[in-house]
Amino acid sequence: MSRATPAAGILACLALAGASVAQVAVRGGTVHTVAGAPIQDGVVIVEDGKITFVGPQASRSIPDGLRVLSAEVVVPGLIDARSTIGVSGYLNQRHDQDQVEGSGPIQPELRAIDAYNPRETLVGWARSYGVTTIHTGHAPLALVSGQTAIVKTRGETLEEALIKPLAMISATLGEGARAGRDKAPGTRAKMAAMLRTELIRASEYAEKRAGDDSEKLPERDLRLETLAQVLSGEVPLLVTAHRAQDILTALRIREEFDIPVVLDGAAEAYEVLDRIQSAEVPVILHATMLRSRGETENLSFETASKLVEAGILTAIQGGYEAYVPKSRLVLFEAGVAAAHGLGFENALRSVTLDAARILGIDGRVGSLEVGKDGDLALYDGDPFEYTTHCVGVVIEGEVVSEEVR
Amino acid sequence: MLRYLVAAALLATSSAAQEVPQAFVGARVLPITSPPLENGTVVIHEGKIVAVGEASAVEVPAGATQHDLRGKIVMPGLVDTHSHAGDVEGGDGSAPMQPDVRVLDSINVRDPRIQKAQAGGITTANIMSGSGHLLSGQTLYVKHRDAKAIDELYIYRDDGSLAYGVKMANGTNSRKDPPFPGTRAKSAALIRERFLQAIEYRGKVARANADPSKAPPRDLGLETLIEVLEGERAVHFHTHRHDDIVTILRLAREFDFKVVLQHVSDGWLVADRIAASRHVLGASLILIDSPGGKLEAKDNRFETAGILDEAGVVTGFHTDDSITDSRLFLRMAALGARAGMSRERALYGLTMAGAIMLEMEDRIGSLEPGKDADLVVLSGDPLSVYTQVLETWVDGQSVFDRSDPQDRLYAEGGYGAGQERLSENALRSIVEGEYQ
Repeated sequence: MSRATPAAGILACLALAGASVAQVAVRGGTVHTVAGAPIQDGVVIVEDGKITFVGPQASRSIPDGLRVLSAEVVVPGLIDARSTIGVSGYLNQRHDQDQVEGSGPIQPELRAIDAYNPRETLVGWARSYGVTTIHTGHAPLALVSGQTAIVKTRGETLEEALIKPLAMISATLGEGARAGRDKAPGTRAKMAAMLRTELIRASEYAEKRAGDDSEKLPERDLRLETLAQVLSGEVPLLVTAHRAQDILTALRIREEFDIPVVLDGAAEAYEVLDRIQSAEVPVILHATMLRSRGETENLSFETASKLVEAGILTAIQGGYEAYVPKSRLVLFEAGVAAAHGLGFENALRSVTLDAARILGIDGRVGSLEVGKDGDLALYDGDPFEYTTHCVGVVIEGEVVSEEVR
Repeated sequence: MLRYLVAAALLATSSAAQEVPQAFVGARVLPITSPPLENGTVVIHEGKIVAVGEASAVEVPAGATQHDLRGKIVMPGLVDTHSHAGDVEGGDGSAPMQPDVRVLDSINVRDPRIQKAQAGGITTANIMSGSGHLLSGQTLYVKHRDAKAIDELYIYRDDGSLAYGVKMANGTNSRKDPPFPGTRAKSAALIRERFLQAIEYRGKVARANADPSKAPPRDLGLETLIEVLEGERAVHFHTHRHDDIVTILRLAREFDFKVVLQHVSDGWLVADRIAASRHVLGASLILIDSPGGKLEAKDNRFETAGILDEAGVVTGFHTDDSITDSRLFLRMAALGARAGMSRERALYGLTMAGAIMLEMEDRIGSLEPGKDADLVVLSGDPLSVYTQVLETWVDGQSVFDRSDPQDRLYAEGGYGAGQERLSENALRSIVEGEYQ
């Protein structure tokens, strides 16, 4: 089934080739713009890849030559705010697993773009359900496992997919970072010590590199150079932490180094809501249906609702999975959160506009507004209902899936 | 201390319930084996269903405790044909086939996943050891009662024996270094060899004609396989790939054993073959959100449920807990319905199909007079993401009530939901001094 997706994508491209590419009008019984109130009998017009009109069908005639799609419900293309799709392949064999490099605990120089495979089956799988943007890259399986990038779920090469080559640096505090017997880091306190040491080293390196005397410049060090971008505030540290004490460690390190931190996972976030809120740190929450065991044994279906209620900027992720399912789908994960206190509107925001805000791409995606990318997902009912189908997906005005999923 | 306080609170409300009939009134009732009842009444007494029908047709016995369930849904308790709840262990690494090993000797009834199964509306489950062996041991069919010891979960058959099956697996999971098989053909050869041993053993026992001096030494493993050969026990066979499924059909025909196909990822490719086998009790599916995760599951798809059902295979579902969460078992059927299975058949798959696969279709799986009083109360459409399980009843006893804060903790998760909870029975025992 997922194999049909690339073919459908190609057909869609061919159909549009030659004519004015990336022009489409999408009618929805209900259009959830996420930027404002839902529009009944609405239409979204996309020209040259960008949204040029959003409003009631009655108020605007569709320009000639545009392909017209219709669905019961139209929403912004979904965003998976934390994934390893395209890096951790669906076969789960050694040859398609690039989410972590085991040779060392701290390797921020590893770039997600050097691993991302835009033709991976799970890219097409996510796209066919309405996911148009993913923040993907290194998994929470080492103290600092590497970089992340942001891509659209389209294209046959990285360049066609890419929208942000270096989004964040993935760090982990907790079980994922434990290096095993007699290797460092073997304990939580050691994790924090190593991370602090490396940040101090990067700070010193950056200072030396900024010096005037070219004779005294230290040799370039990719690792420290990358961490220096965190210290300068350009690149957030994405810290995976599930236990409450690990979340607080992340906040402590953030304060000490005055660095941008995004919390990832955060199963026990509900225990320290006030601390997260006063630090004004956003949370990319674990998949709602993540397995509750080990350090996630206390996770709750209601955490998303508690975070949002506390005013914390929150996205829900598909996340990383080591086994089956090889990836979770943000559509399904947000749906279960919606049913456990979060509600439809907030759940939709958590996988569209709020995800875009955390990723710093809300000027471009995340809501249906004039000037933004023409990324849309079409459904034959409430997108979060188990028995609803995704019936169409548009990325920058290109119809990339018409499967019924 | 909190637990003791909770115990006291529980004692105040429990127990006496079963001495009088319970009547569930006002709900939309889904009996599964008969059409939905818009304003249905279900009466239970002494652990059994006494009456099911439209309100106008069922007389609520005088003195019955009434449960007003207007706006709610009542359906049979869910049947999970494949779970690992209870922190189970089966065979060890010493041999690929260990039919003497019983999973019941390893189940921790205080595992929070059993509380979560109750919260998910699961009333009957087949608890099994893993799939890392060709034969990892005997399984155990359980009712998810509140229990302080494993024997309180047992299901007894009419002859007084315990209800269970045998867990087998083929494909890649059971392929390892020796003494485990290294290839698929070797896997099948080892299975054939062991079943042939059992046939010979059975012959020796018969020829000894109850004379202990002539009888072979008892072999617990071969005794179990004889039960399989004689149709006393069904084999629950973990399998994914289409060729492995067909291998199982071949083995089942050769040795004439009853089999439940478990997982059956490629079942959609060989649906007609499965339907044609008279040895197959049914196919129990796990619908996984994404394809892959392991090579054998690369073609796993939601459509399999509808395809097998339409081919005439008894098609049900399992959680494989903790591969999927028991609290979300209804979701599995909904995903089948999303991909083409009819809603009615999806609900059948969660209940009657499982009952058939556990050979308990005369006792569980539907709401019919005479069957066990296993039922769930839902807030709405069973196949909707927005629906919550409100109550779960097993053998006429309430085992989950969402309005109880402790029960709700297991249903939603939160701090402590990963920890063992002392069951109501255990709490009662503490209060009554049994544990002094």
